[in-house]
Amino acid sequence: MQDFGGAFLTAFNLLIGFDADLMEVIVLSLRVSLTALLAAGVIGLSIGALLAVTCFPGRGLALIVVNSMMGLPPVVVGLVIYMLLSNAGPLGFMGLLYSPSAMIIAQSVLILPIIAALSRQVIEDLYDEYADQFRSFCVPTGRMMAELLWDARYSLLTVLLAGLGRAMAEVGAVIIVGGNINHLTRVMTTTIALETSKGDLALALGLGIVLLTIALAINAAVMGLNATAKRYAYA
Amino acid sequence: MLMLEPRPASELRPANVVDLRNAGDADAGADLFPLVVRDLTYQAGGTVLIKGIDLTLEAGGTTVLMGPNGAGKSLLLRLMHGLIKPSGGTLSWGGKMLDDGIRRRHSMVFQRAVMLRRSVAANIDFVLRLRGRTDAARRREILEHAGLADRADQPARLLSGGEQQRLALARALATEPDVLFMDEPTSNLDPASTLVIEDITKAARDRGTRIIFVTHDMGQARRLADDVVFVHRGKVLEHTPAADFFTQPSSTEAGDYMAGKIIL
Repeated sequence: MQDFGGAFLTAFNLLIGFDADLMEVIVLSLRVSLTALLAAGVIGLSIGALLAVTCFPGRGLALIVVNSMMGLPPVVVGLVIYMLLSNAGPLGFMGLLYSPSAMIIAQSVLILPIIAALSRQVIEDLYDEYADQFRSFCVPTGRMMAELLWDARYSLLTVLLAGLGRAMAEVGAVIIVGGNINHLTRVMTTTIALETSKGDLALALGLGIVLLTIALAINAAVMGLNATAKRYAYA
Repeated sequence: MLMLEPRPASELRPANVVDLRNAGDADAGADLFPLVVRDLTYQAGGTVLIKGIDLTLEAGGTTVLMGPNGAGKSLLLRLMHGLIKPSGGTLSWGGKMLDDGIRRRHSMVFQRAVMLRRSVAANIDFVLRLRGRTDAARRREILEHAGLADRADQPARLLSGGEQQRLALARALATEPDVLFMDEPTSNLDPASTLVIEDITKAARDRGTRIIFVTHDMGQARRLADDVVFVHRGKVLEHTPAADFFTQPSSTEAGDYMAGKIIL
């Protein structure tokens, strides 16, 4: 096993030198996870807002299902998406298996329930406050959802951040549907897993540092934004 | 929540408090009347809270719903506005059953102002957009009438309690309602803010908006009421012109209430 300090040193050299392989992996990771966040965000926030303001038979069951799915094991999601996208699967004709698109689909499915469930809670709390006023003005349901999404925007950023964190940190789903193919579907987490098993701790550590830095930077930005929002009583 | 200190009364009171309806609109809501309430009941959790109310309100003026806490005044107001559905009885506006078309001609100001998490101007824009009348000049006019023009860009939730309620009233009037329900809008306000709210309300009444106002503040009822509905234990005990109500109420309970006695 490499010397721990040496591994750190090599990792920093890779980062400072903008090592091409390292950058490729980082860029792909960000592309996959941010696209997944966009897709899951649009769908998840809509589902969250709809569940928050509507009342229908089976709503309780829907909430239980969505909440339970927050804990979906990534490998199970990976397996199901793999089966759907494999040549023998119903979506096999699309030829998406072992491509970044497959990884985006897997991560979207993984974080969709997180965004839907957490946003439902945030929006429902706000709706409790606004409900009488909205009913008084006869605000239509779709409009109500849009207004609540806008007014809860700062709290919902934290929800989206939770989704992004989950997407970027997971390894099980993307390694199954992406295959960890060099220069094609290799992302930070899968590379860390691979390089660690190969004993090349420097690259793994470099990627680990990048992952942590991204997480810290996003958290700091959202916290700063939320603090500003609170100061203006928008949060 | 950070609250800004209220400004002095002279500054608070808008110089030109007028309703925003056009001068020729005085009879605009006449077709909604009479409001006829027959045998109206409402129960929740097995308890009957409104017990077979019969009431008829004609067009024009300010009706004050009075009564002790827990009498059912706010519930009656919510039933009239359609915020809650009655358990029994009927309620008709100008011979028509209450529907969204009629409800869109109502507005309501709540005891605790509900401020959207946006600027003062955006709170007005919300209702203007809702009624398809987005117009910066109109928004400015509305805010000027409420004495809030200089606060347009401030976050609404950072206004003082009095300013928030003024904004809530301006927002309610921005829909140009034919009927304005007010549920103890000044119960938490200082006298200067109360005066401004009352002035705006009176101006709206003078321009043809029918006002139905809940209060248990006797002085306020005297200042605003054209007629008084006295509610006690979920029943209407009397509906009397204001001049008569304050001098010779027809029910013992109303007399006791005005004498400052606790009525059970």
